[in-house]
Amino acid sequence: MNNTKNTEIERLNFWEKLYIPEIVKGLGLTFKEMFKPKFTRQYPEERWEPEGSYRGRPVLVLEEEGERCVACGLCSRVCPALAIEVQAAETIKEKERFPVKFEINMLRCIYCGFCEEVCPEEAIVMSKDYDLVFQNHEDAIMDKEKLLIPVSELQDRLEFIRQYK
Amino acid sequence: MSEIVIILIEASIKALVIVLIMQLMAAVNVYMERKVSAFIQGRIGPNRVGPWGTFQPFADVFKLFMKEDVVPKSADKFFHSLAPIISMGIAFSIWAVIPFSSYIEIDGRKFYMGMAPNLNIGVLYILAMTSVGVYGITLAGWSSNSKYSLLGGLRSSAQMISYELAMGLSLIAIIMMTGSFTLNDIVSHQQAWGGWRWNIFVQPIAFLIFLTASFAETNRAPFDLPEAEPELVGGFNTEYSGMKFGMFFLAEYANLTTAAVLISLIFLGGWSIPFDATNLGIMEGSIWLALIHFAVFAIKVLFIIFFFIWIRWSIPRFRYDQLMNLGWKFLLPLSLLNAVITAFYVMFLQ
Repeated sequence: MNNTKNTEIERLNFWEKLYIPEIVKGLGLTFKEMFKPKFTRQYPEERWEPEGSYRGRPVLVLEEEGERCVACGLCSRVCPALAIEVQAAETIKEKERFPVKFEINMLRCIYCGFCEEVCPEEAIVMSKDYDLVFQNHEDAIMDKEKLLIPVSELQDRLEFIRQYK
Repeated sequence: MSEIVIILIEASIKALVIVLIMQLMAAVNVYMERKVSAFIQGRIGPNRVGPWGTFQPFADVFKLFMKEDVVPKSADKFFHSLAPIISMGIAFSIWAVIPFSSYIEIDGRKFYMGMAPNLNIGVLYILAMTSVGVYGITLAGWSSNSKYSLLGGLRSSAQMISYELAMGLSLIAIIMMTGSFTLNDIVSHQQAWGGWRWNIFVQPIAFLIFLTASFAETNRAPFDLPEAEPELVGGFNTEYSGMKFGMFFLAEYANLTTAAVLISLIFLGGWSIPFDATNLGIMEGSIWLALIHFAVFAIKVLFIIFFFIWIRWSIPRFRYDQLMNLGWKFLLPLSLLNAVITAFYVMFLQ
């Protein structure tokens, strides 16, 4: 029943017990570390460009003839944070419906990407915007004007969805 | 002008310069600590305030001044405010006996660089003052009426008392060889052998013991148990805020500077340069020689401060029993042995 034996001490040899050579080794390691390249990114000047797999702010895809959205309301239904509000109306165009009102409350959005996954038209996708700053609550509620982004800027994400969804 | 007026003017100018240098050194230490730790950890460190972030420590102090000063309800108000004053006052008063450079001679009068570098009990005064410095930390721990502060204060007093013995005994070896307690004499004694008779070469064991003990005395890693963050929240300064906390902070960095200065004065030859300055046409006692000496001394001090910081970010904290074992079972016997051997050498072989 002798479990008070300090096995760690017994494992070390004489020079390791002296501390000093081991400390010198450690100091050498940290000294080398000082001259290695740094990992820090100078954020506001040096921005990070995310890959297509990044889930940033959800946006609506805008094509030449107008938005893709047909106002089916699936995104609003699936949203776990109840952040999306859609109001549909009729149009004379081929797809017959469009959203009169489409609002995403960015204070509620949790960037889960369910809206994008459920969308049958690939009309709502996650963009690469990651630094969202609001001065008041009204600014945080994004209306159609702020949500519609030209399709050319969203190619990375659309390709990613087609490949993996 | 009468003698007393000259002495008064000289002393007040020196005091002002020393206090300014201390404040500046605290800022330099903070900046170096943040930069070196950043470089070791693969970061860049402060680089926004001023060129390369050099104004960061001033911004930090400004922030501390602006902070609310919170005193715990059950704290002893008087001692709670007294503790940081003791800490900082003691840290500054050690500098009364520390010389920075060789003397300047003007009109046959020698001006020594330092308040009283020729005090005949210089080293004893420093040891006495560092012992009093413990009171600041212990009082801070006790008066806060918080368990973490009390534990931090107790740890620091136990640690400082244990390591003071080894520190004093390692200095005894140096003092026996020099035959003087005066720091100026210790430095000039090291100017033999063409400026290379540094005590680190003559007394390497005393140097190692003094270095280890001064890490413990300045409460720095790997012996920073009084403020071990993961165990004790903030240690003795848990209940301090605003400029009272800032004063502990300042005292800590002033102590770091003091330790570095002492090591370079006592073991690294102070300002001794490895050639005869009179060959270059620079006279003993001239301003130029004093400036060169000061520069040499400053480089040594900055290197030691860098070394302290380097150690802090390389070595993990000791456990409390390991700290006590190292102090009492290893450093104390070793320093006694070193002192005895040196005594024999001085008595019979010199």
